[in-house]
Amino acid sequence: MVLLYPSRWWVAALGAMLALAAGGAFADDDVRIRPLNHAAWQQECSACHVAYPPQLLPAASWRAIMNGLDRHFGADAALDPQQRADILRFLETNAGQGRGSMGGKPLLRITETRWFIHEHSEELPASIWSRPSVKSPANCIACHTAADRGDYSEQTLRLPR
Amino acid sequence: MIIMRLTLTAALLAATVGAQAEPPPDFEKLFATQAKQENPAFVGFSAEQGQRFYARTHGKDWSCASCHDRTPVAIGQHVATGKTLAPLAPAANPERFTRPDKVEKWFKRNCNEVLGRPCTAQEKGDVLAYLLTVR
Repeated sequence: MVLLYPSRWWVAALGAMLALAAGGAFADDDVRIRPLNHAAWQQECSACHVAYPPQLLPAASWRAIMNGLDRHFGADAALDPQQRADILRFLETNAGQGRGSMGGKPLLRITETRWFIHEHSEELPASIWSRPSVKSPANCIACHTAADRGDYSEQTLRLPR
Repeated sequence: MIIMRLTLTAALLAATVGAQAEPPPDFEKLFATQAKQENPAFVGFSAEQGQRFYARTHGKDWSCASCHDRTPVAIGQHVATGKTLAPLAPAANPERFTRPDKVEKWFKRNCNEVLGRPCTAQEKGDVLAYLLTVR
């Protein structure tokens, strides 16, 4: 069981203990991303893409992203200041603890984190990303069919044609 | 006791229905008022003009149709992220054009992306007129 960018050291510790207790019941690459609830985060972020789990980027990355919403990967995703602050607080509270930076600058794309690259490098045809139903590695739900509920487990994973 | 409960249920039901019955704002009227302020020669909205506006690009990469599909009663797909988007035309999705905050927010964002400037009230009204004709 791999817990990535665990947002609290005790989550990692608990995870490790559970993994030990389970006697290796989880495969090594069975990522457990804890589903979270926050109405504004869910509603606003999922308008254009799955509301990406806060655990997958460190707080510095979320701050950089939320400070540049008017130029959000080529799109205007501006929010009113109050809502922006509310969502950022939630992201920071649940952010991962990984470094997630490159050349001193925080990474802005989950797909550029070492974790993502590692998790998606095995057993996947390179052509998967360009299939019309997938279109982009940002489109988690194309394969992780329950990503909108925060479930990225193997059980809900289906590679589309 | 049962009667009391029934009365309470009826009252709650009436309150719920009452809350839902509040009509959404008439966006065509709203845009017409704004269009008159922007242009004293404003004569009205045109669904044909709205259809052309919806389908073509405006000096940048994307059109409305890039994400909302060429036929706005269909399910769209976000051109960058691939996410499926609920239909834009009210005939296929009654939630569209019911909430002023949402309408305002998305015209602001999307006009900025598609045109590189805010849309005029004429443009918004034309597009809405078109969307209301699509079945």
